[in-house]
Amino acid sequence: MSDLPDHDRVERGGAAALRVVLVDDHRLFRAGVRSEIGGRVDVVGEAGDVDEAIAVIHHTRPDVVLLDVHLPGGGGRAVLDSCTADLPEVRFLALSVSDAADDVIGVVRGGARGYVTKAISADDLVDAVRRVADGDAVFSPRLAGFVLDAFSTGTVAEDADEALDSLSPREREVMRLIARGYTYREVAKDLVLSVKTVETHVSAVLRKLQLSNRHELAKWAAARHLV
Amino acid sequence: MPRGPDGDHGVVSHPTSLPRRATRARRGRVLGGVCRGIAEHLGWPVEAVRAAFLVSVLAGGFGLVLYAAYWAWLPIDDSDDSSAEPSTEGRDLAGVLGLGALAVGVVLLLSTRGVDVTGSWSVPLLLVAVGVAVLWRQSDDGRRAALLADVGASARVTTQTAVRRSVPRILLGLALVLLGVLGVLASQGDLAASLRGLAAALLALAGLALVLLPFVLGWWRDLAAERRARIRSEERAEIAAQVHDSVLQTLTLIQRSAHDPDEVTRLARSEERALRRWLYAPVGDPGATIVAALETEIADVESTYACVVELVHVGDVARDDRVDALVAAAREAVVNAAKHAGGTVSVYVECGETGVEVFVRDRGQGFDPDAVPEDRLGLRESVHARMARVGGSVRVRSEPGSGTEVSLALPAPLGVRSWT
Repeated sequence: MSDLPDHDRVERGGAAALRVVLVDDHRLFRAGVRSEIGGRVDVVGEAGDVDEAIAVIHHTRPDVVLLDVHLPGGGGRAVLDSCTADLPEVRFLALSVSDAADDVIGVVRGGARGYVTKAISADDLVDAVRRVADGDAVFSPRLAGFVLDAFSTGTVAEDADEALDSLSPREREVMRLIARGYTYREVAKDLVLSVKTVETHVSAVLRKLQLSNRHELAKWAAARHLV
Repeated sequence: MPRGPDGDHGVVSHPTSLPRRATRARRGRVLGGVCRGIAEHLGWPVEAVRAAFLVSVLAGGFGLVLYAAYWAWLPIDDSDDSSAEPSTEGRDLAGVLGLGALAVGVVLLLSTRGVDVTGSWSVPLLLVAVGVAVLWRQSDDGRRAALLADVGASARVTTQTAVRRSVPRILLGLALVLLGVLGVLASQGDLAASLRGLAAALLALAGLALVLLPFVLGWWRDLAAERRARIRSEERAEIAAQVHDSVLQTLTLIQRSAHDPDEVTRLARSEERALRRWLYAPVGDPGATIVAALETEIADVESTYACVVELVHVGDVARDDRVDALVAAAREAVVNAAKHAGGTVSVYVECGETGVEVFVRDRGQGFDPDAVPEDRLGLRESVHARMARVGGSVRVRSEPGSGTEVSLALPAPLGVRSWT
């Protein structure tokens, strides 16, 4: 279901508005998001299940895909698996009502550059979309908490790459502040860093989250949140 | 007999609307509960029935056959409430002693009447009778355990005890019956021939078992399927009850207060929280850890002040008096944030080896902590004093325009639990 872009409503600033695809199986939710952020980004397509999403993303080649974690036909992870290899320039931002760590870690390790909850405000969502489009990572407080949890213990995989399997003290500080509800700008101010440096740290953490072989990440679901 | 006079609960009132059926009593029985059951059915004293049976047993053994027939055909009384059941330990011993005494009595009686007790067919036959009695009694106990299990109270314990006890009793009964049958065969001819006969009988039994096996298995499967279906429907009923009690109620309330956005948010939020707890609740004792306690407090604050509080935690610790003080202080901080700042309040809990830290951050107007008069600072008593009493510390960071953050720290020792 590839809708035509609604150019009339797009406010174009200096640069072209970001092209966004919405993937969520709830039509009402898509409509809500579209009406909230439609004025500030260019919603070029919508999809309600995995196959539709793959087709729409390949057809429209958007800057950012807002991807629901739970989707009929394999979940957000299936969309990521079949798109990230062909379309490396398309960035994914996971959107979920679920607090379950296995869902969140799953899509992030599948290639999403961030995770936000559906309760996020429209302004914050537009910010997050911009940040992801710029190649940065978007961490909600909860995702930061997951990361701190996963990297807090001493157990790592046997043949682990040291650098990938632990957070640097600075990265840990950044994560703690994000978990406490600080914005990137507030983190930068608190640690006397530039916002750009904070973004670099967060992106480094995202990379570790995606590539690390820590047992905690692989076995998170079984160990922690699945009963 | 070890059992005292038990005629005192011989009168049982039956529901008048139902046709009365004779049953075997589960309470106050000596062997199979036949005598008591008949006595209750006819309204006679139980001693009279027992005496009549004893007399008829001695007069040619007819009573024995009659008793066995009643035992086999009368159903167990299932109307007794399980709470009236006396402790099973004593009754077990009583039953065994009763059976033994009965056996000895019958043997003695037979010998006085001139029957050759030793060497004739009578001893083996008696063995068979006792073995059968033990087995039948056991089957009664098994069914009673099932009845109790249906009632539900302490069902697992009862069933387990019953299973643990049943095996030796069944073996004993089988051994007695087998011994008795062998004895009968031996008394009629030579032992070798009787063993051959027994082997043939066993073979025939095995063949019969093979033939019947598919039927029994199918029957068993049907029973299991029915059980599964019942469990499923019970689960569905539970879910339906949950949905009805919470979700549908809340939706009704939301429709009724559609004009009040704050109320709608509050209702939706509290319902969301309840559903999440129901769906994703961790196993274990709820409320036993700091995170569980904070979740409860936060839920309370959210519904009171119509705000949204986001809780993020790393690690968890078991509750004790100090942790409870920390939770109470954190609650005060959240209430302050909800009252004065509104919007979203972030709560972050980190439990490490060195202690627990709680951060409560809002995005309100902020204030200058030094400019607030000493006597007006609500934080002073409720947060600072609480933390000071348990050796913790409080730090308040606030600047006009950028919100407020209250940091609470409680140093170890604490029962730190790793997140695995």
